[in-house]
Amino acid sequence: MIEPAAAPPPSSFDAGLVGRGAELAAIGNCASCHTSSDGPPYAGGFPVHTPFGTVYGTNLTPDVETGIGHWSLDAFTRAMREGLDREGRHLYPAFPYPHFTRVRDEDIEALYAFLMTRAPVAARPPANTVIVPRPLLGVWKALYFVPGRFHDDPNRDARWNRGAYLAEGLAHCGACHTPRNQLGAELVQRGYAGARVSDWQAPALDATSTSPVPWTEDALARYLDQGIVRDHALAAGPMAGVVRNLAHAAPDDVRDVARYISSLDDRPEVERDRRASRALASLPRARARGSDDPAWQRGEQLYNGACAACHDRGRAVDGGALPLPLAIAITLPQPSNLIHIVRAGILPQEHEQRRWMPAFGPALTDSEVVDLAVYLRSMTGRPAWSNLAEAVRNVHDPQETAP
Amino acid sequence: MIALEINGHSHRIDADPATPLLYVLRGELGLNGAKFGCGLGQCGACTVLVDADPIFSCITPISALQGRRIRTVEALGTIDDPGPMQRAFIEEQAAQCGYCIAGMMMRAQGLLERRPDPSEAEIRRHLAPGLCRCGTHLRILRAVGRAAQMMKAAGRSR
Repeated sequence: MIEPAAAPPPSSFDAGLVGRGAELAAIGNCASCHTSSDGPPYAGGFPVHTPFGTVYGTNLTPDVETGIGHWSLDAFTRAMREGLDREGRHLYPAFPYPHFTRVRDEDIEALYAFLMTRAPVAARPPANTVIVPRPLLGVWKALYFVPGRFHDDPNRDARWNRGAYLAEGLAHCGACHTPRNQLGAELVQRGYAGARVSDWQAPALDATSTSPVPWTEDALARYLDQGIVRDHALAAGPMAGVVRNLAHAAPDDVRDVARYISSLDDRPEVERDRRASRALASLPRARARGSDDPAWQRGEQLYNGACAACHDRGRAVDGGALPLPLAIAITLPQPSNLIHIVRAGILPQEHEQRRWMPAFGPALTDSEVVDLAVYLRSMTGRPAWSNLAEAVRNVHDPQETAP
Repeated sequence: MIALEINGHSHRIDADPATPLLYVLRGELGLNGAKFGCGLGQCGACTVLVDADPIFSCITPISALQGRRIRTVEALGTIDDPGPMQRAFIEEQAAQCGYCIAGMMMRAQGLLERRPDPSEAEIRRHLAPGLCRCGTHLRILRAVGRAAQMMKAAGRSR
């Protein structure tokens, strides 16, 4: 238990520190889980669905009753480093303290300054529905939680190390992109191998990446900054929110994260280049070259009537969209991202440009979504999805984009 | 041959199954209410209802619509006997060039059938995929609000 502390007056924080904290909060994607769909920023209430129940993002504004207004810097630091709330209760690791434990003092201090200078909002999130009682989390932590700091790799340059520090720590990329064991702990030895998050697939970022055009540092930096880059699908699902936040991060930090993350795919450059040229060689439809399968044939008709008008044109043309052989959603081990995107489309937030795909949920029945997915998957040369019909039945809440 | 049910009538269409519904409505059946705008599902001028939901008919192939209930703006009423949605748009003078209006009405009709008493925020959110380049948005919003009241008073949606 850390005693309640009077909230420091906003004027007591250095403006530069607050600004730095704002940039770091953007790197940390804090707003995504700590803001409900219609609520004010950082006032909590967003549902994070886990296999063990739903955890609601807490109110991070300095409201004394419902937020962190009574939290001292020590209490805030301890939450980040040890996963304990001010009263000393274990926090659910949906709050990614296994990553945040690596964040340095000066960055925690900046985050604290940023949060404590937000307008206090009185808002209590709904009660969690997790089936694991909090005290049991002590056992989980003993098994899986490794507190500690980030250490530079002396064989890498300063920018790579900066990127690694941010990605492994505050940005907590692995929280989505690394597979977890049955108790929800990240499998360190399979770091960034891709994972299921809610109903979405976080793609692999390591050498098992299925990105049709392998990522380069420059492409990834632009994608993280803009949410769209040449020859790649735009950020969708939970990643769309990440990119919206990264727009407020320091550009150098985003570039450094891209440097580190792009290095995770350690296939030889010549191999990655070969893959890229092959993917770009036969657009717009690549290997979709005919099949006796009636589902494939129906899928081709649907593609011709519903998709081709945009996706056969390519982005260079006004109103055109990415040729789908370049879309990672059709290459992933599971079809869920494709199903979400077909059904819900890609909708812009207000004032957002260059993001728009109509929702086909009302137009297409389940069996038509299956047919379309069969056809699109055939563009990849990969084995057919084995559980497609079941996935189409189950992935039915397209608005759900919980991280 | 593809069988389509449009505005309560059955049609047998002899066309490539990938043909977008809009071309069949306008080219084969003379139902010219739905408009061709962008052809890319980006403007909403071609919006019709399938079952209870608005869809872009310019990018919906007829192969996907067998056995579904399709409604176009012609189903909402006639010139002599306009339905409440159409009367509301006339009374609010919500059309300027009018090109987007059939799509706007169908999108709004889908909303009011599901939610007879929507808030203005809901109307705005729901109509967002429909584009109007004349700038009559405020009149369109008023018209949809008026249509909701008229339907409630009459106890029916058309």
